[in-house]
Amino acid sequence: MQETTIDKSFKTEPYQINMGPQHPATHGVLRLVLTIDGEIIKKVEPDLGYIHRSIEKMCERDSYQQIVHLTDRMDYLSSHINNEAVCLTVENALELEIPERVKYVRTIIGELTRIASHCLWWGVMGMDVGALTTYFYGFRDRELINDIFEETCGARLTMNYNVPGGLMFDIHTNFVKRIKDFIAHFKTKLPEYDRLLTGNVIFQKRTKGVGILTKEDAISFGATGPVGRASGFSCDVRKHHPYSALDKVTFNEALKTEGDTFARYQVRIQEMWESLSIVEQLIDNIPEGDFRVATKAVIKLPKGEFYQKVETARGELGVYVISTGAKSPYRLKFRSPGFSNLSLLNHIAVGGKIGDLVASMATLDLVIPDIDR
Amino acid sequence: MSYFSDIYKGIKTLLTGMSVTGKYFLTSRKGAITQQYPDNRATLKMFDRFRGEVIMPHNENNEHRCTGCQKCEIACPNGTIEIIWDRGIDETTGKKKKKIDQFVYHLSMCTMCGLCIDVCPTNAIEWGQNFENSVYDRTALTRVLNKPESKLQPGVED
Amino acid sequence: MNISLSITKNIHDWLFSIMPESVASIVEMVLIGLLYLVIFAILGLFLVLLERRIAAWFQLRIGPNRVGFQGLLQTMADALKLLSKELTGTTKADKFLYNLAPYFVIVSSLMALAVIPFTKEFHAFDINIGIFFLIAISSIGVIGILLGGWASNNKFALIGAMRSGVQTISYELSVALSLLTMIIITGSLQLSEIIEIQKNGWLIVQGHIPAIIAFMIFMISGTAESNRAPFDMVEAESELGAGFHTEYSGMKFAYFFLAEFINMFIIAAIAATVFFGGWLSPFGITESIPWLGVFWFLGKTFVLVFLMMWFRWTFPRLRVDQLLTLEWKYLLPINLVNIVIMALIVWLNLTIQF
Repeated sequence: MQETTIDKSFKTEPYQINMGPQHPATHGVLRLVLTIDGEIIKKVEPDLGYIHRSIEKMCERDSYQQIVHLTDRMDYLSSHINNEAVCLTVENALELEIPERVKYVRTIIGELTRIASHCLWWGVMGMDVGALTTYFYGFRDRELINDIFEETCGARLTMNYNVPGGLMFDIHTNFVKRIKDFIAHFKTKLPEYDRLLTGNVIFQKRTKGVGILTKEDAISFGATGPVGRASGFSCDVRKHHPYSALDKVTFNEALKTEGDTFARYQVRIQEMWESLSIVEQLIDNIPEGDFRVATKAVIKLPKGEFYQKVETARGELGVYVISTGAKSPYRLKFRSPGFSNLSLLNHIAVGGKIGDLVASMATLDLVIPDIDR
Repeated sequence: MSYFSDIYKGIKTLLTGMSVTGKYFLTSRKGAITQQYPDNRATLKMFDRFRGEVIMPHNENNEHRCTGCQKCEIACPNGTIEIIWDRGIDETTGKKKKKIDQFVYHLSMCTMCGLCIDVCPTNAIEWGQNFENSVYDRTALTRVLNKPESKLQPGVED
Repeated sequence: MNISLSITKNIHDWLFSIMPESVASIVEMVLIGLLYLVIFAILGLFLVLLERRIAAWFQLRIGPNRVGFQGLLQTMADALKLLSKELTGTTKADKFLYNLAPYFVIVSSLMALAVIPFTKEFHAFDINIGIFFLIAISSIGVIGILLGGWASNNKFALIGAMRSGVQTISYELSVALSLLTMIIITGSLQLSEIIEIQKNGWLIVQGHIPAIIAFMIFMISGTAESNRAPFDMVEAESELGAGFHTEYSGMKFAYFFLAEFINMFIIAAIAATVFFGGWLSPFGITESIPWLGVFWFLGKTFVLVFLMMWFRWTFPRLRVDQLLTLEWKYLLPINLVNIVIMALIVWLNLTIQF
C-alpha cells in the first residue's frame, strides 16, 4: 500500500513494550520485548539470562554424584526426571546393572512428577486466561503428590532422590498406600478440571485456533513434549526410547493434530490420565530387591561421549556428556525442552492479541530456570 | 440456528463451571487446603525423612559418632561442611588418632542434597526436621554441629 | 429542580425550626453528603473484605482472619496502610490529569449511590429521571480511567485505558437497553415509582421471560461496565500487570479500587431495584415495618453481588475482540428483539400481576 497521500500526522506506528522480567504471565524472570500495533503483536523477542547460574559449567567442576543435585534446579517442576536423566547417563556409561525395584520406583515417581507438574501448569494456565480459582485446585492435588515425595525422598521439590546406581534410600513404608489414595482422589478431581475449565465456552474461545503451530514447524523448531505432540509430532521419548520401567507398561501417546493452544491443553490433560494409568500399572508390582547398587566413591566415566534423553513434563531433556576419564565431565550439555519451546513463541504469537500471547505462552509451559540454566 | 444453540451451549458450560466452584464454596468450611502456619506449630509434624538441616546426634554421654574422615566435606557440592580436625591420643589404644575439633556447617550454603549423609560411613550426621531457620543475622546460620567438650563414641571406626 | 430530600423527617423539621430555610437546606445537604460518604467508605471496605472472604471460600482457602474478629478489620488496616503510603508518579506524567483521574472515578460512583433507594424514606435524591441519571453517571467513571491511563505515561496503562474505553462505550448500550425493557412495564424512570409498581409483583415476575432475559443481559453488561472479571480487560493482571492504575499508589490507587467495588454494588443495587423490587419484601410480609426494607434491599443486593463474585472467581477472562463480539453480535441484537417482545407483552396485557 502506498502511503504517499496519507497525512503523516495520522500515521500509526508499532511500539515496543517490555513484558517482564517481572510480569505475572512470564512465570519467572523471562523478559519479552513485544513490538505491538495497538493490541496486535508484530514481534516477540525473548530476552534471557536473568536467572543464568551456569549449571553446565558447574557440572564440569563437580563429581557425577554432585551433578545430580544441580539438575534439580533446572526444571524444578520435573526435578526427579532430570535427576534420572543424569543417573541414566552415568549408569549407561558405566554399564551398571540396575535393580528392577529401582526402575519401578523411578518410573512411578517420574510419572507422579509429571502429574504434579501438569497440575501446576493447569492451575497457572487457568490463571493466565483469568480464571483465578483453578490455581488453587491444581495446587491442592499437587500438594498430595508433594507429600508423597516428602515422605519418601525428604523434599518436596528439589528431591535429589536418585544417585548413580539407584536410589538414595528405599521407599517409605507408606509409599504404596499413599499413592493408591492419591490415584483414587485424583480420578475424581480430573473430570472436575474438565468441567471447570476445559468445557468453558470462554476458555475454548480463548484457546481454539490461537497460536497455531504446524507439524513441520514443530519439528523444525525442535518442539518436543506436549507442544510437539499437540501438532501431531510423535515425539514421546517414553514411547520411542523407553527407559527405566517404561517398557513394561502400556500407555497411549497423547497426540493431537490441531497444533493450537487448546490442543496443547488437551494433550496435557490426557497425559495426566496416561501417567495415572502408568502409575496404576506399576504400583502393585514393585519388585523386592536392592534399592541401589554399589558404585565407587569416585565415579569415573570411561573416555568417550554419552547421551541419554528422557521425557520430562515439558519435553525431551537430553544429557550429553563428554568424558576424558576424569572424575568430572569434560563438557556436559543439557538439551532442555523449554529453550526450544520458547524459540517458537515469536512464530505462534505474531498476529495475535496480547491475550493470545499470554494464552499460548501458558501452554508452552515455560520454566525459566530450565531455559537459562 | 447455530446462533441460538451456541448461546445455549455456552450458558450451559458456564453454569457447569459455576457448579464446580459453588460446590467448593458450600463445603469450604471443612475443605480449606491452606494451613494456619504459626498457629499450628503444635500439631505440625514433618515427615521423619524431611530435610530441614544437618544435625549431629549426641548420646547422653555427650558423645558423637564423627571420626573426622572428611568424606562429607568432599562429597558436599557447595563447601557447606568444614571439618576442623586435630590429631589426638586415643585413650584405649594409646595411638595417635584423627579427631574433630569443630564440625562447621554453613546452613546458608546448604542445598539439602543429602550427599554428605549418604556418604557418611558412621552415620554421624542426620537430617533434622527443624525448618524454621530464618534469622536476622546470617552468621547465625554457620553452626558448629559437635557440642562443646563432646567426644567420639567409643568403638566407632570408619 | 425537583429535588426531594427525604431521609428523616425529624432531623429535617428540627433543622428548619432552629435556622433559616436556606441555611438549613445547606446544612441538611452537607449532613446527607457526609452520611453518604460514610456509607460509601464502609460499604467499600466491607465489599473488599467480602470479596476476599468469598474468593477464599471458592478457592479452598480461609481468607483474611487475623486483624480484628474473623478479620473484620483487615480492610480497615489496608486502607490505613494505603493512606500512609507515598504517592508516587512518573516524571513525564501529565500531572494535572494524573491527579484528577481518581476523583472522576470516585465522584461518579458516589453520585450514582445518591439515587439508590435504600428503603422507603432513605433515598437522598429521588429524581424523576433516576434510571437515566444512573446510566449517565455510570458512564462518567470511564473518563477517569481513560485519563488515568493516558496521563500516567505508561504503555501498559494506556492499553488498559483504551480497552476500558472500548468496553464501556459498547456495554453502556446493553445496560441502557436492558433497563429500558423494564421501563416499558413501569412507564416511569423514577426509582421510587418503579418500586411502587412492583408492589404488584417484582418486575422479573411481571415481565416473566423477557424480563429474565433482560436481567441476564443486565448482569452480563453490568459486570462488564464495572470492569470486573470475566470482563476485566482494563486490569487483566496476567496481560497488563495492573492495567490503567499501574502508576498509581497509595490513596489514589485506593480510590480506583474502592470505586470498582462501589460500582459493583451500584450495578447490583440497580438490578435489585429494577428487577427484584428494591426494598420491597416478598409478598409484602414486612410491609408494616418500613425500616426493614433496608435489610431486604441490602439482602437482595448482596445476593447479586455474590453472583458477580461467583462469576469472577469461576470464569476465564474474555479477549478484547471477543468482548466486543459478545456485545455487538449477541447482547445487542437479543436486547433489541427483547424490547419488542416486552412491548408486545405490555400491549397485550400479558404481564403477570398479583
